[in-house]
Amino acid sequence: MDVVMLARLQFAVTVFFHFVFVPLTLGLSLLLAIMETLYVRTGDETYKRMARFWGKLFLINFVLGIVTGITLEFQFGTNWSRYSEYVGDIFGSLLAIEATVAFFLESTFVAVWAFGWEKVSKKVHLFAIWMVTLGSNISAFWIITANGWMQNPVGFTMANGRAELSDFWAVIGNSFALEQFAHTILSAWLLGGMFVLGVSAWHLLRDSHTDFFNRCVRIAAPFTLVVVVLLGAQGHLHGQTVAKFQPAKFAAMECHWETTANAPMYMLLWPDQAAGANKVEALGIPGMLSFLAGDSTDTVVKGLREFPREDWPPVLPTFLSFRLMVAMAGLFALLAIASFVWRKKLQSKRWLLRALVWNIPLPYIAIMAGWAVAEIGRQPWIVYNLMRTADAVSPVPAASVQTSLLAFIVVYGILGVVDIWLLRRFAIKGPESASEPRG
Amino acid sequence: MDMETLWFVLWGLLWAIYFILDGFDLGLGILRPFIARSEEDLHVIHHATGPFWDGNEVWLITAGGVTFAAFPKVYAVMFSALYAPLLLLLFALIFRAVSMEFRDKVDSPCWRKVWDIGLFAGSFVPALLLGVAFANLFIGIPIDNNGVYHGNLLKLLNPYGLAGGIVFVVLFMQHGALWLAIRADGELRERAVSAASSLWMLSLAGLLVFLWLTSLYTSLYDNYMTHPQLLIFPILAVTALLIQRPLLASGVYAGSWACSALLIFCVTFFGLAGMYPGMLISSLNPAWTITAFNGASSPLTLSIMLGVALCALPFVFIYQIWVYKTFADTPPHDGGAGY
Repeated sequence: MDVVMLARLQFAVTVFFHFVFVPLTLGLSLLLAIMETLYVRTGDETYKRMARFWGKLFLINFVLGIVTGITLEFQFGTNWSRYSEYVGDIFGSLLAIEATVAFFLESTFVAVWAFGWEKVSKKVHLFAIWMVTLGSNISAFWIITANGWMQNPVGFTMANGRAELSDFWAVIGNSFALEQFAHTILSAWLLGGMFVLGVSAWHLLRDSHTDFFNRCVRIAAPFTLVVVVLLGAQGHLHGQTVAKFQPAKFAAMECHWETTANAPMYMLLWPDQAAGANKVEALGIPGMLSFLAGDSTDTVVKGLREFPREDWPPVLPTFLSFRLMVAMAGLFALLAIASFVWRKKLQSKRWLLRALVWNIPLPYIAIMAGWAVAEIGRQPWIVYNLMRTADAVSPVPAASVQTSLLAFIVVYGILGVVDIWLLRRFAIKGPESASEPRG
Repeated sequence: MDMETLWFVLWGLLWAIYFILDGFDLGLGILRPFIARSEEDLHVIHHATGPFWDGNEVWLITAGGVTFAAFPKVYAVMFSALYAPLLLLLFALIFRAVSMEFRDKVDSPCWRKVWDIGLFAGSFVPALLLGVAFANLFIGIPIDNNGVYHGNLLKLLNPYGLAGGIVFVVLFMQHGALWLAIRADGELRERAVSAASSLWMLSLAGLLVFLWLTSLYTSLYDNYMTHPQLLIFPILAVTALLIQRPLLASGVYAGSWACSALLIFCVTFFGLAGMYPGMLISSLNPAWTITAFNGASSPLTLSIMLGVALCALPFVFIYQIWVYKTFADTPPHDGGAGY
């Protein structure tokens, strides 16, 4: 394999592994903050037990999110030095701002929260978890702004052989990045809600701590429903932004080859990139693709043949990842509605409880599929229409990248297994009993 | 002062703060197996570092991020040139963090043993590699005019690089022992104090040898010839070390730790002041050196980043100091809280 493919694989492995932990940090920190706010406002000890139980899982998850994040910050330099030099003026500053305004907040206050139960007052402790939530969600804003700039580069001029910042406000107000940020945050919150629902369902199925977990459901179910509705609406808008700014990606997502108005959407599709056409094309909904792209069947949707062949993204993985994500989103909507409707008698709906348990891994897969669409669909560009991925890689021997890739797979594999095993162990153990304040 | 020089100083400051803060928890991670005699001791050590390591490590992320933002070319070439040591550093830091947080999650001696080893290796390797890496930056590394590195891991392990590694390990261990002397009580504190006193001899010897080796291997002293006022850094370093000893002996542990912090600060700036304006000195041809000027970002980015740093960092200082104060008392001897 060449160094470009190895570097891409290494990035994929490390970023996906990092993103196993990040969404739960984003989503569960918000739910923890809500639970602890309820505790401080009502004085009801059950909410404190909730914060402690979910907090334990949160912290086990949090550590790996932190340590695998450092890898990514350094990887732009180790494997993508040409890229770093070319766009560092803009991209690097966004990463530095992320560290200064978000990581410090998140990492400092998480310790106050973890170590401070008996050290600081109730209100300061509550403040700490809100700062963790704020810090981690702000950090998502900056890193997605950085990724959004790669998707839709704005606010720069070409000077001194590199992209230089010319308009900082254009970079942080980049509409593409803002859509992406909203989509990422909402999907992480959805994952957090479904995680709480899933673990609660596991206990409810076994009649363990029923009162406790029923009350968790009553917080998580409405939360998840609100988020899923917002995500659906926002996802539609996000699709339109992609159609507008990255027509080649949009065409690949739908295996759309010829530029037309009144473009249909096919339920059954299988693309043939070499032929520049579809092998299978069935069950079309007339005008649907045009409607999705621009709210009207008259919208002209660009086909891939409009673009030079060397600018086509890999169609099959982009298309499959997108379909997978959308199909799962449909399932999440159904589960969120059902959980909300039956939130007070969830225990009698055994099928729903079982479905919620089995659903725990699916939001993770959906989020990764979404990122696969965003990143594979952007190829062959590392910065859309500005720099090709093949030109971005470091002048390092392929063997170095290969060795480190193997090391990452082994180390991350072991740590991932241990971490998920610990999460499972503490999730199954359940909350502390009401009489026992420490565990 | 021009913007590039200002950022060079800020860049050095971030590294120095990182070394001072993570230095004590890395150092304690190395000392831990030698100094703790019981589970209880280990809990005290855990509480002496547990609430801080994560916030401390963010200084590394910020130093890395600022290198990327303010000196993209330096970031690109440094990180791809130091490929192997950097990845080793990353893996070590990953193991350290995970070891600290996983260790007490399962009640089994074998489980704890594994993470004890992880914590030791995860603390020793970063201390050593950071020293090796910085010493090599002081000498210069074989990069050509395209920033392509023509060396390997073994070339970094030259005598001066190794000396830098050993100095970092010793300074961090001493720094960690002094931190524990502040935070522990009873017998554990006595052991920490006696470790700090033995390490003091090593630090003094290491520092003097390193200053001497610097004149043999590097051209850092050229800047000191032209700007003798810079000699304040090595002089202060030695002075701080000399004051540290009596303070330790009279039980002023916090003062002694502060001296150790000043020492680490001065050692960092001793090297950086000698390198300036070079950031990646090319050992192949001085003309290929990447400096704070030819490696910097655009003036607009540098000013925006300066604004961000001036607005955000004071808050960081305030809340991190508050956290240090909140968790300042002697840690509990039982298990209890943690990640």
